[in-house]
Amino acid sequence: MSAATHYETVIGLEIHTQLATRSKIFCGCPNRFGSAPNTQICPVCAAFPGVLPVLNRAVLDMAIMTGLALNGQIRTVNEFARKNYFYPDLPAGYQISQFELPIVEHGEMMIEPEGAPRKRIGITRAHMEVDAGKNLHEGIQGASWVDLNRTGTPLLEIVTEPDLRSAAETGAFLKKLRALVRHLGVCDGNMEEGSFRCDANVSIRPLGETRLGTRAEIKNLNSIRNVMRAIDYEVERQIDLIEAGEKVIQETRLWDANQNHTRSMRGKEEAHDYRYFPEPDLPRVVIDAARIEAIRAAMPELPDEKFPRFQKEYGLTDYDAGVLTADREMADFFEQAVTAARPADPKAVANWVTVELLGRLNREGIEIAQSPVAAEALGKLTRMIHAGVISGKIAKTVFMHMWDKGGDPERIVSEQGLLQVSDQGAIETEVDRMLALHADKVEQYRAGKVQLMGFFVGEIMKAMRGKANPGVVNTLLKEKLAG
Amino acid sequence: MDAAIPTLAQAARALATGELSSVELTRACLERIERLDPSLNAFITVDAPGALAAAEQADQRRARGEANPLTGIPLAIKDLFCTKGLRTTCGSRMLEGFLPPYESTVTARLRAAGAVVLGKTNMDEFAMGSSNETSFFGPVANPWDRTRTPGGSSGGSAAAVAAGLCVASIGTDTGGSIRQPAAMTGITGLKPTYGRVSRFGMVAFASSLDQAGPMTRDIRDAAMLLQEMAGHDPMDSTAIDTPVPDYGAALERSVRGLRIGVPEEYFGEGLHPEVRAAIEQVTRVYRELGADLCPISLPMTRHAIPTYYIIAPAEASSNLARYDGIRFGHRCDQPKDLKDLYARTRAEGFGAEVKRRIMLGTYVLSSGYYDAYYRKAQRVRRLIAEDFARAFREHDLAVILTPTAPETAFRLGEKNQDPVSMYLSDIYTINVNLAGLPAASLPCGLDARGLPIGFQLIGRPLDEAAILTAGHAYQQATQWHLASPGEQP
Repeated sequence: MSAATHYETVIGLEIHTQLATRSKIFCGCPNRFGSAPNTQICPVCAAFPGVLPVLNRAVLDMAIMTGLALNGQIRTVNEFARKNYFYPDLPAGYQISQFELPIVEHGEMMIEPEGAPRKRIGITRAHMEVDAGKNLHEGIQGASWVDLNRTGTPLLEIVTEPDLRSAAETGAFLKKLRALVRHLGVCDGNMEEGSFRCDANVSIRPLGETRLGTRAEIKNLNSIRNVMRAIDYEVERQIDLIEAGEKVIQETRLWDANQNHTRSMRGKEEAHDYRYFPEPDLPRVVIDAARIEAIRAAMPELPDEKFPRFQKEYGLTDYDAGVLTADREMADFFEQAVTAARPADPKAVANWVTVELLGRLNREGIEIAQSPVAAEALGKLTRMIHAGVISGKIAKTVFMHMWDKGGDPERIVSEQGLLQVSDQGAIETEVDRMLALHADKVEQYRAGKVQLMGFFVGEIMKAMRGKANPGVVNTLLKEKLAG
Repeated sequence: MDAAIPTLAQAARALATGELSSVELTRACLERIERLDPSLNAFITVDAPGALAAAEQADQRRARGEANPLTGIPLAIKDLFCTKGLRTTCGSRMLEGFLPPYESTVTARLRAAGAVVLGKTNMDEFAMGSSNETSFFGPVANPWDRTRTPGGSSGGSAAAVAAGLCVASIGTDTGGSIRQPAAMTGITGLKPTYGRVSRFGMVAFASSLDQAGPMTRDIRDAAMLLQEMAGHDPMDSTAIDTPVPDYGAALERSVRGLRIGVPEEYFGEGLHPEVRAAIEQVTRVYRELGADLCPISLPMTRHAIPTYYIIAPAEASSNLARYDGIRFGHRCDQPKDLKDLYARTRAEGFGAEVKRRIMLGTYVLSSGYYDAYYRKAQRVRRLIAEDFARAFREHDLAVILTPTAPETAFRLGEKNQDPVSMYLSDIYTINVNLAGLPAASLPCGLDARGLPIGFQLIGRPLDEAAILTAGHAYQQATQWHLASPGEQP
C-alpha cells in the first residue's frame, strides 16, 4: 500500500488493569478468578436495595503506587462518580468510577521500540473504578446467564495521550506497561483472562497535519499481538476509505481475531449518555502527602531504574540487562543467583540464566517463577565453575540433573562423581598415554598441524569422562607437544 | 393520647418495675392494630408471631437482669428498612415480595437493644411523596380525620404512633418525610444530622439527603430512640464517626438564655393563618421560659424546592436503576428481549410519581444539561448550607424555630394530581435536608377543624442536643403533645 506512506497513524490507549487486591473494591468478598458462577458475591456485589459501598484502602495504595511508577501526579482529594447505564452484568445500573477528579494525571512512560529511538508516551490519567460481571450466552436456549463473581473487582483504568504512531510502538508500550504492573505486584497482566484489557483509539491523518483525524475505538483485544494486528488492519481500512474519497466515522469497532478484521459495534449516535455525577454514597477520599511518600519508599525498584543499575553493577551488556530486567521475577532470580555465585563474575551468572535456563524455560513454555532450577542452585553452580571444582561441560550435566530432579549442585557433583580432576599427576599419566597412542598425530602436530590440539584435548577429556580440569590439560599438552 | 398505649418512657418504667410485661404490651399493640388498622392502613406487614417471640425474649432478658430502656418496647418500622427475612416493600409493587437477606443497621441496633418489631409501616412509594398516596399498598388515613392524609412519606409510621398502634416508630426523612407527617398527626418527629444515623440497609431514595429518625409521642421518647440509633457504622462511609452525646442529659437543660432564631422567610405567602398564629404562640411560650428570640433572615430559602427537585431526583434516577427485574423484585412476564424486560418490568413495577422523578433526574443529569441543572443545584445547595451556618454564627443561635408545614393535613386526593402543590407542602423542611442539619417537628396546637399543627426546631450540625433541650422545655410547659385523636375505628 503505497498510499500508507502519505499518512500518519495516531493511537491512544485505554487500559483496564485489574488490581490484585485480596478483597473486592467495595465489599469484603474475595477478589479471585475462576470460581463457579455467583459464588464470590454478596448483597453489595448484587446491588441489593439499601446496601452501601465501602472503599478498600488497598485499592488506593495500588493506584498511588502505579501512578508514582508512571511518574504521574497523585491527586490528594479524590472523588468517585457514578457512570450510569443499563446492562445485566452491571447490577446497580451504574459503575462507580472516577470522572472529573481522577487519582493520577500527567504521567508518562518511556518506550524502546525495536530498531527505533526511545520515546516518551504521555499518560493522560489513571482512575479507580469497579469491574462489571459477565454475561454468559451458552447453556440455555434463548437466554443468557449473569455471573457476578467479577463484579466489584477493582480496576485502574490507564488512559494514554494519542502519542503512539504505529502498531510496533503500541506493542512496545503495552509490553512495558504490563511488565511494570506485574513488577509492582498490582496486576497479574493476564490479557487472555481479562485482567489486563486494552481498547485502542486509532485514527490517521495526512503527514504534516496537526489536527487529529476521526477515530475509531477498537475493543475486544485480548493479546498484544491482536492489538497490533487490529491496528494494522484498522489503519489500512481508514486509508482505503480516505483514498476512495469517503470519510472515517466516529464509532466503536470490535476486533474479530478469526476473521482478522474490525467491524462496527455502535456509532456515535448510539453512544451512551453516562450521566456521570459524584457518588453520594462515598465521601471524598483525602490522601495525605505522608501516605504517598510511604508508598513511594516501599515501592520496589522500577525496571527503568534496574536496567542502568544492572549494567553498571554487574557489567552486563544492553541485551543481558534488558532480558534480566524485563520483569521482576527474572530480575529477582538473577540477583539471588549472583549472591549465591559470589565471587564468580555476575556476567557468567547472566550467561547461565539467559542462555541455559531461559533457553530451556522457553522451549518448555515455563515461566521463571516456576523454574525447576532454583536461583541459589544456579548461582552455586556458577561458583563451582569459577572455583574450578567442575568444568563448564560438567556443569551442563549437573544443570540437566537439577532441571530433572532439582537439588543442590554440590551434592549432585559428589553423588555422581563429577568432581573435576585437577591433580597434575593423574592428568599427566593420561596425557602421556594419549600421546603414545597417537604418535602419528604428534608428528603431524609438530610438523605444523596445530589444529590437532583440539583433538588431543577432546580425547583426554573423553577418557577422563569430562572431569579433567581443561586448564591443566592444556598446559600439560602444550608442554609435552613442544617436546 | 390514648392511654391504652403508654409513651416509651412510661412503658420503660412499667417494664422495669414489672408492672407490665413486654408480651402484654406487644399483645395490646397487636390487638389495636387488628382493630384499628383496617381503617388506617398504617401497616403493610404485621409480624405478630415475630413480635411475640421477640417480646418473650425481651421478658426473659429482663428477668436475667440484662435489660436496657428499649428492651421489650414494641416499635413500628417504616417499610424502607431492610429486615432480614421480613418482607420489605418500600411501598412499591417493585418490591412486593422482597425478603432481604440482611438487616439494616438501624433495626439491627434496635433489635440488639431488645426492641420488638411489630411490623413494617406504609409509606409513599420509595419515599417519594408527601401524603402517603403514592404507596402501591394504598393511602394511609390520618387518625384525626380518616378523609385526610397523615402526610408523607413516613405516613404509616406517623399514623401508627398517633393512633396508638405502637409505642413509637422509625421513619426516614429526605425532604421532610419524618417532620411533615409528624406535624400532620400531632406527634414528635426528629430528623438527625445527615450521617448521624447509618443508612446501611435503608432502601435509598436520595443518598445525600436520606436520614433515619424516631417518630414518637414526645421528645423524651425521641431522645431515647436516637441514643440507640446514632453512631458510626463501618458499613456506611457517610456515617459520621464522632461520639454520641448523652441525649437524656440534654432534656434536662434549661432554655433560659437560649438563643432561638426565627427566620422571616418562613412566614411569608402560603403559610396558613392558623398555623402562623400557632407558631407565634410557640414563640411566646419560649419567651416566657426565658429564651432569647431573635428575628433572622435566610435569604436562600426560596431556592429550596427547585434545588431539591434537581438533586433528589438525580440521585433517585441512579439509585432506582437496580430494579431491572434480573436479580430481585418484580419481573415482567415473558420478556421478548432485554429491552422489553427492562421496559415492562419498570413500567409495571413503578408508580407514576416514581417514574416522574426518574425522568426528571435522568433529564437533569443528561449530557448538555448537567451544568445548567445538577451542577448549579449543587452550588445553590452549598449556599443554602452557608446561609444556615451564617445565621447560626452571626446570631449565636442554639436553634431556629419555624413552622413544619404551611398547612394542616389536607384531604386525600386533594393534591395528588398536582405535583407542584404537593411539593410545596415540604417548603419548610427541604432546606434542612439540603444543609444536612438536624431538625424536629413538635405538636403546638389544633386548627379550627381540630387538626394538629406542628412547629420545627432546626439545630446546628450534630447538635441534636439543643433541639432536645428546646423541645423538652416546650413540652414541659405545654400539653399539645398529649392531645389524642381518640378512637375512631
